Amino acid sequence: MSHTLLHNVLIPFIKGLVTVVAVGLAAGVLTWIERRLLGRLQIRKGPNRVGPQGFFQWIADTIKLIFKEDIVPSRAEKALHLLGPLLLFTPAVVVLGLVPWGPELTLFGVTTPLHAAADLNVGLLLILAVSTIGVYGIILSGWASNSKYPLLGGLRSAAQLISYEVPMGLAVVSAILMSGSLSMVEIIEAQRKAGVWFVFPGLIAFFLYFVSGVAETNRTPFDLPEAESELVGGFHTEYSGFRWAVFFMSEYGNMISISAVATTLFFGGWLRPFPNVAWLSFLDVIPAFFWFSGKVFLFLLVYIWFRATFPRYRFDQLMALGWKTLIPISLGNLALVAIAVLWGAAGLKVLGAVLVLLVAAGFFAVWRRPARPRSSTTMASSNVEVRA
Amino acid sequence: MSEPTPGTVAQFPPLAGPPLLGLHEMELNFGPQHPSTHGVLRLVLKVDGERIVSARPDIGYLHRGTEKLFETETFPMVIPHTDRMDYVAAATNNHAYCLVVEKLLGVEVPKRAQYIRVLLDEMQRISSHVLWLATAAIDLGAITPFFYTFRDREVILDLFEEYCGARLTLNCMRIGGLPVDLTPGWLEKVRAFTEPFEKCIDEYEDLLTENRIWKERTVGIAVLDEKRCIEWGVTGPVLRAAGKAWDVRRALPYECYPELEFDIPVGKNADTYDRYLVRVAEIRQSRRIVLQCLDWLEKNPGTEIRGKVPRVIKPPAGEAYASVEAPKGELGFHLVASGGNKPYRLHVRPPSFINLQALPEMAQGHLVGDLVAVIGTIDIVLGEVDR
Repeated sequence: MSHTLLHNVLIPFIKGLVTVVAVGLAAGVLTWIERRLLGRLQIRKGPNRVGPQGFFQWIADTIKLIFKEDIVPSRAEKALHLLGPLLLFTPAVVVLGLVPWGPELTLFGVTTPLHAAADLNVGLLLILAVSTIGVYGIILSGWASNSKYPLLGGLRSAAQLISYEVPMGLAVVSAILMSGSLSMVEIIEAQRKAGVWFVFPGLIAFFLYFVSGVAETNRTPFDLPEAESELVGGFHTEYSGFRWAVFFMSEYGNMISISAVATTLFFGGWLRPFPNVAWLSFLDVIPAFFWFSGKVFLFLLVYIWFRATFPRYRFDQLMALGWKTLIPISLGNLALVAIAVLWGAAGLKVLGAVLVLLVAAGFFAVWRRPARPRSSTTMASSNVEVRA
Repeated sequence: MSEPTPGTVAQFPPLAGPPLLGLHEMELNFGPQHPSTHGVLRLVLKVDGERIVSARPDIGYLHRGTEKLFETETFPMVIPHTDRMDYVAAATNNHAYCLVVEKLLGVEVPKRAQYIRVLLDEMQRISSHVLWLATAAIDLGAITPFFYTFRDREVILDLFEEYCGARLTLNCMRIGGLPVDLTPGWLEKVRAFTEPFEKCIDEYEDLLTENRIWKERTVGIAVLDEKRCIEWGVTGPVLRAAGKAWDVRRALPYECYPELEFDIPVGKNADTYDRYLVRVAEIRQSRRIVLQCLDWLEKNPGTEIRGKVPRVIKPPAGEAYASVEAPKGELGFHLVASGGNKPYRLHVRPPSFINLQALPEMAQGHLVGDLVAVIGTIDIVLGEVDR
């Protein structure tokens, strides 16, 4: 087999296939993890009947969804109704293809970099561009359903997108400033050179990115386009069977890709903690891919934790949060990071140390806060008084 | 709020601000098959974008002609029908009905039976309020409080089951007293639940009271001030959150309530958040009352559970009205008897139905997302609204 055929056709094809299958499988397994973990958080068991610890539940659910009747509303825009889920699912897979999963892989004597697509010099821009397309899937499926609740869901999604793309983009710019590159691999290498993950100097940027990421994936507390209790199911109200399952898979796929990008930009991608500290080199026993996927997995757990903890924001409050809080913070953060970068390598370390200290002080203050008095006769809030 | 013209219903204040897009309004059908309408409430909404221009409740999907049905049953046979009105608080329904018949009969209920009745009422109030908390939180997207509250509600339902054999439709009172005496050891089980229950309430509050998103979603939502509450006839926690310390247990005392110590939590801002705080405070007060009842019952053992009631209950011809403080507000029964063994007419004053009237006014000008908070904050049970 010629070298060109191998490296330009066969290997990319295999990698692409692996990525698509991996997203599908990970989404399935993630539903099981989510349901079990939510069960733990909510003093119940979660699915525990199908297979060991209920692990095969997701397979049973998938089979059920494939065989369910695929109902298309009679007055729906048929083509767009079909396009919607696909348009949402594709970006999730593409983004995951652009993120490096590890440095290099040698298999059967062939060495290849461990990401599906090439390491583009505009990788990050492409990721932002592609992930934006997903929202068209939501808007279109909301509109194409020709039903009022999905329409409201689609409109909410549009409003949500424009509110959160901006802080997300500005947060990503901090990582670009710190690394001086748009290539995902070079961003990781820059973190190795700096000797510190960008999460420390970029703590605010990471926070902004992750919050915007939750909003982008329509997860609690920003699950407004879906809003089970308000819009019944929002944009996917009129979907059933496997089309609905594709929406479901895209939600999890998007969670994975947002987590993967956050890992790459701020948590050193496949790098072990403190990649420059020699005496920690025993950590290299764990292969790079597992460092990467472990970090992604931790983010996914945080998503699930959010879901168990927060109520849902309201549409206008969500926009206000985006425009009035996150965008000003991200602009200020950008100035802060720019100054630190101009200062040089020491600047990033100082900024990181200051931010970590501030966060630690904040946690300490909350921890030391006296508990609110609560008993039958004293009220938790001064809003309410008791009259004998 | 604009001054209502007497005799008209739809006097709503104009929308705050101009229409969002200046386009014509969309009609949105909200329910009866909707996850947040707590049963089969249907609302016909006129929305401008997501802003609610008007909300018209359409009720009656659960209408069973209960009040007419009452007239076909003998007096003791009416009690199971009352269970099915507010089906999450059956004990208070039974209680209100028994009170009105006892009033007309002139029957004295033994002290011990009074204490057991109050004990059941207050346990029912706790279970009804935690159910409200669970559903109101889940409507706003907080799913975890649901499981915390159901853990505790389950214990109460188990205790009810042990006492009267039913968990929901209790049928746990009789005219003149109670159907059965307490099971041995039941009081200890109630105490074992009630004493540590304070910690459980703290858990609910940890999840919600200071939660920033919870406050943003509830503070200033669905305000109905004291004046409008009284004009609509709204009672219960909605009225108390508006600052009026009106509680039937205190205002028109019945049974042994004058002997019990409890406070009436009162809110200031008349919004959804204050209603939440008032209800949580009421759970704590109910717990206090339950503990006092337990103390009394343990100190005064006995077997007297029923007053002197004739075998065939035939109240003298006349009218009587009696009410109790149900978890949702003042629940009253107006009985007209003709001297026979069946009620000539039995009218119910259902708090859910009367409080629901205020919904269009509370919902107007809010967003669709707030509508679920508005429906939740009134605490309606459609079985009682439609009867």
